[in-house]
Amino acid sequence: MLRFILHRLLVMVPTLFVVSMLIFIVINLPPGDYLSNQIAELRATGQEAGLAKAEFLRHEYALDRPLAEQYLIWIGVWPGPNGFHGLLQGDLGWSFEFNKPVAAVVGETLWFTVILNLAAVLFVYLVSFPLGALAAIRANSWVDYLAAAVGYIGLATPNFLLALILLYYGQKWLGLPIGGLVDATYEDQPLSWAKVGSVLEHLIIPTIVIGLSGTAAMVRRLRANLLDELGKPYVVTAKAKGVPPLRRLTRYPLRMALNPFVSDIGSLLPSLVSGSVLISVVLSLPTIGPALLEALRAQDIFLSGFILMFISLLVLVGMLVSDIALALLDPRIRLGKARKAQS
Amino acid sequence: MKKGGMKEGSMKAPVTGGGAGGSWEHYVDDRPYPDPAAADAPATRFDAHASTGRLMLRRFLRHRLAVLGALFLGLSYLSLPFVDFLAPYGANERDVEHLYAPPQGVHLFHEGQFIGPFVYPTTGRPDLKDYRWRYETDTSRPMPLQFLCPGAPYRFLGLVESRVRLVCPPPGASLHLLGTDRLGRDMLSRLAIGAQLSLTVGLLGIAVSFAIGITLGGMAGYFGGWIDAGVQRLSEILKSLPELPLWLALSAAVPAQWSPVTVFLCISVILGLLDWPSLARAVRSRFLALREEDFVMAAELMGASPARIIRRHLLPNFASHLLASATLSIPAMILGETALSFLGLGLRPPATSWGVMLNDAQNLMAVETYPWVSLPMLPVILVVLSFNFFGDGLRDALDPYHGD
Repeated sequence: MLRFILHRLLVMVPTLFVVSMLIFIVINLPPGDYLSNQIAELRATGQEAGLAKAEFLRHEYALDRPLAEQYLIWIGVWPGPNGFHGLLQGDLGWSFEFNKPVAAVVGETLWFTVILNLAAVLFVYLVSFPLGALAAIRANSWVDYLAAAVGYIGLATPNFLLALILLYYGQKWLGLPIGGLVDATYEDQPLSWAKVGSVLEHLIIPTIVIGLSGTAAMVRRLRANLLDELGKPYVVTAKAKGVPPLRRLTRYPLRMALNPFVSDIGSLLPSLVSGSVLISVVLSLPTIGPALLEALRAQDIFLSGFILMFISLLVLVGMLVSDIALALLDPRIRLGKARKAQS
Repeated sequence: MKKGGMKEGSMKAPVTGGGAGGSWEHYVDDRPYPDPAAADAPATRFDAHASTGRLMLRRFLRHRLAVLGALFLGLSYLSLPFVDFLAPYGANERDVEHLYAPPQGVHLFHEGQFIGPFVYPTTGRPDLKDYRWRYETDTSRPMPLQFLCPGAPYRFLGLVESRVRLVCPPPGASLHLLGTDRLGRDMLSRLAIGAQLSLTVGLLGIAVSFAIGITLGGMAGYFGGWIDAGVQRLSEILKSLPELPLWLALSAAVPAQWSPVTVFLCISVILGLLDWPSLARAVRSRFLALREEDFVMAAELMGASPARIIRRHLLPNFASHLLASATLSIPAMILGETALSFLGLGLRPPATSWGVMLNDAQNLMAVETYPWVSLPMLPVILVVLSFNFFGDGLRDALDPYHGD
């Protein structure tokens, strides 16, 4: 098992490397950079005073060097103007747009992002498991049709609109709070039960909105798997032998159908994280979503680069966890992968 | 129970069947035992001679929602070239007398008398207390609609200058069947004209994704080796990245001063650029399976080039499956365009698409007072659902010999 986890961790290293390279290329696609744009603007308006500072920053953050060198300095394997100062050393760089270090800009929002996504994953599993199982056991009943209807709504409605609609009606009918992650009165308060309650209350709508399309996909998947499994001869045999219905369901078919359910998190996570970025912008949640949009608009490459890296890392770690869970659940995968790793 | 015991019992049953003098009652099915030879014979269908295409069509028609979706999509796409003719107003034509006007109804009877389709004129006044526009309908003056009449000029198919529109507002009145937006632009006309961009963005995107996916997937599947490993790793990495933030980053790189058409093309390419991995994997696995077939070996021995084998012998074998999977991935692109434009990083205002229109719906206050502003979500939902149903039906129909 340990060998399996180690192998998976090792595989992540080159993956992260390629991801960081892709991200660096993408954020550098727009012509020019934040500082050279600023310098041009300062020149145009005749403000010579700010020029020196901008030039200094440009040199300080190595923006005057070739792109490949910039990339190596950014990830921290090449000496910059002040020695090794990159992501590997824990230095996230400087945000020109907010005029403070990237670490200070993102700060707490990282935790909120993780919490929000965890809540969404939990929501997806907690809702789709019973719903999918029920839909399969009672195929072509009202439960099945209801699940399908909810699924299609989740699939077809753009989730930012769903967010706005739920926000509006949630406020109007249920008195749920609008926007933000915690009530204003608790903003600078120390952690207390009341504050946790307020955070949970604020999490309801974003979690539902982010999780709905994933839930729809998972319900369909589990239903199909379980239906396949229930049609197999061994289930008929169990029925003929007189195994009680609940035991007949949970003993083997459900466990067999659960496997793809766990491994599916790989395709689920990227879309959940995507959704959380969009929803955070719409509902103005203090996650890294709004900061990302701002940074991309302003070409604030260190900020947007770090946020994109963080989001990708979040997904990769999530996939790692799901792989480990799957290996724990199913010895075939554990042994198969380990054998492959050895050879 | 032992196996032997069971066998004995089942063999004895017909012999003693129907005996009234037995010591205990037992029941025997008196239907004739099925002929074992018939069970082994190949199944005969009443339509054994129907062609595969006919079977597919029959199977597809049985999926009612898929047929409905296909009809809706067909109608929508076929009307795209003529939307300028069908819409009563131009996309950016402003009616300053009617800002945020509510939807107007078309009537046929005025005071119990039939006078053909007409509208009642409305006049707006600002309500300074509630700070909103209020509209009053003057029900005493019916104003008949005009048909095939001159409206604002447009270029038919982008080539021929024309002014003829199917229906125009009567002189002195307005015709806003779905209301107007913040700038007094007709929602219905904008929805129709916005469909041109919103519906084609998915097609262009899928074309890009297909080109990349088939080339890379085909190469990986056909050649194997390090090409295969490289493509596999790259597609795994791309699949594990969240799409929307990358779309955002890429579309932020599109310069704002480019023309709407160029921006539109760029956005389509961006949407397709991240979609190919799943397609490439599907192509690859199919290639791996088909490569072992005898007809490929035969073609190889006859000296066909790899490109020819891929094009002539492999692609036709799973083109239909690719079509189905394309149908299922177009909706994601349509939703992607909507999201990007909604955030202001996709298509930009002089261009009209459903996402651009929804940008106005960002303002919750406007949505509450003038709910028709959020109408563009309706066609988005309908189109996405239709594509999903159509794709599902297509996928089932393409395998007419399997299941029932």
